[in-house]
Amino acid sequence: MTLLTDTGIIFGRYLRATLRSRTSLLFGMLQPLLFLALFGPLLTGFDLGVGGSSWQALVPGVLVQLALLGGSFVGLGLLVERNLGVIDRMRVTPVSPLALLLGRTLRDVVQLLVQSILLVGLGVAFGLRAPLGGIVLGLLFVAVLAAALSALSYGLAMNVGTPPEFAAIANTAAMPLMLLSGLLLPMSLAPGWLDAASRVVPLRYTVDAVRQVFQGHYANATVLTGAAVTVALAAACVFGGARLFSRTRA
Amino acid sequence: MPEPAIHVRGLTRTFTLAKGPVHAVRGIDLTVRRGEILGFLGPNGAGKTTTVRMLTTLLPPSGGHAEVAGHDLLADPAGVRRRIGYVAQSGGLDPACGVREELITQGRLHRLTRGQAGERAEELARDLALVELMERPTVALSGGQRRRLEIALGLVNRPEVLFLDEPSTGLDPGSRAELWELVRRVRAVHGTTVFLTTHYLDEADALADRIVVVDGGAVVAEGTPAELKSRHTGDPAASLQDAFLAITGRATAGEPLSI
Ligand SMILES: Nc1ncnc2c1ncn2[C@@H]1O[C@H](COP(=O)(O)OP(=O)(O)OP(=O)(O)O)[C@@H](O)[C@H]1O
Ligand SMILES: [Mg+2]
Repeated sequence: MTLLTDTGIIFGRYLRATLRSRTSLLFGMLQPLLFLALFGPLLTGFDLGVGGSSWQALVPGVLVQLALLGGSFVGLGLLVERNLGVIDRMRVTPVSPLALLLGRTLRDVVQLLVQSILLVGLGVAFGLRAPLGGIVLGLLFVAVLAAALSALSYGLAMNVGTPPEFAAIANTAAMPLMLLSGLLLPMSLAPGWLDAASRVVPLRYTVDAVRQVFQGHYANATVLTGAAVTVALAAACVFGGARLFSRTRA
Repeated sequence: MPEPAIHVRGLTRTFTLAKGPVHAVRGIDLTVRRGEILGFLGPNGAGKTTTVRMLTTLLPPSGGHAEVAGHDLLADPAGVRRRIGYVAQSGGLDPACGVREELITQGRLHRLTRGQAGERAEELARDLALVELMERPTVALSGGQRRRLEIALGLVNRPEVLFLDEPSTGLDPGSRAELWELVRRVRAVHGTTVFLTTHYLDEADALADRIVVVDGGAVVAEGTPAELKSRHTGDPAASLQDAFLAITGRATAGEPLSI
């Protein structure tokens, strides 16, 4: 019960901070937005091998990309706060480290959902047609994935010394994950070895599932596998992130 | 004798770096009475901040025991955290956050209701001359104003023990005098125990009832300012500075002076 209240307090604090700096909301969206506007139109004539229109394949990819890039770098903000002593100040209170982690993670999820809704709206303007239920379900996938990546990013940030060090690690991790999970173009286009390699990346299953629900397929094996992988990833990341978060750097 | 505010036995902390271990704190014993202002002095790298971070539950000790505000540091860290305030060397203000919001959030984290936290914020603002500044973001505060806010944040839960790590760094003489007055007032009104690290010997002389000097991670001298002066310089008119230099200049790290 106190965990919920404490998480709520931390969530409120960081949400207000986000609302104050509206720029961060928009900047985070710029890259996926450019992909939609400048890359999306190139695909409209192709068969991407996943069924549906090219927009039904690209928009889910862009949403997962937003979660991946936004999520992996949230730790940078935490690191700055840690160096200012803000985190220590909050830790010398009865509030549990888990609440400090979950409150922030929740804020990131809300921010990501707002950005995702705007992106989907934009996608519709470009020509995306998808059932409303599928879009809602797709956003749910993206929200769970974002929670996983944020929690992990915060855990990492508590155990790394400087922002450049953190950025190097996050970049090194995010780039191959992005390419290997077939976010921009589905892995159905890939040669066999690449397709096989991408099957070790959990995000691949998330994005495949979101592509399915955007076409109105809710109960097939791809969607169920995607759901299982995404939820398992989130559980592991939140658990690991919480462990890393409460550990004090030696 | 009533239970002390802080009781430390054999506290150690070793950091493990790639190059090898760093023995930041090597076996500190100390006792601070309730309501006492303790000056915790020592040259750069002596282990002051490391000790404070252990006593505030932020850093697990490598060895030793401590009780803070009547609660065991290792067995009941949450009990300790409820009863202490901590103002870090680095301050701990979020530049993007407003003064009132910082105060209220800190109160909420100490489990005050929204209403109580709001009242406590107003009360502290009056006590620490922050009333006019409540709506500002913390970036818009001067160094002295920031320090007052940081101390207000450390006082939100009416702590039994207040840890101040170099609180007067970067303050002009007027703001320092204000800070001293504030620390004296907090102790006088609430009986708060104050654990203060500082590099300003005049500050320790003016504020502290008792001084502990550490060097190389160990206690090398202990006593009232007057005792340290006469013991280590042999001259009753000497300054605490002379005594400090005599102590840290002569002592080799880790070997307590006989005092
Ligand atoms: N996280 C860490 N990892 C490795 N060594 C550390 C770490 N933190 C502190 N140290 C080392 O421990 C020793 C004590 O540091 P500490 O910060 O406690 O000193 P201090 O007395 O507070 O010094 P100052 O007056 O400069 O603030 C120093 O040698 C420092 O380099
Ligand atoms: Mg220090």
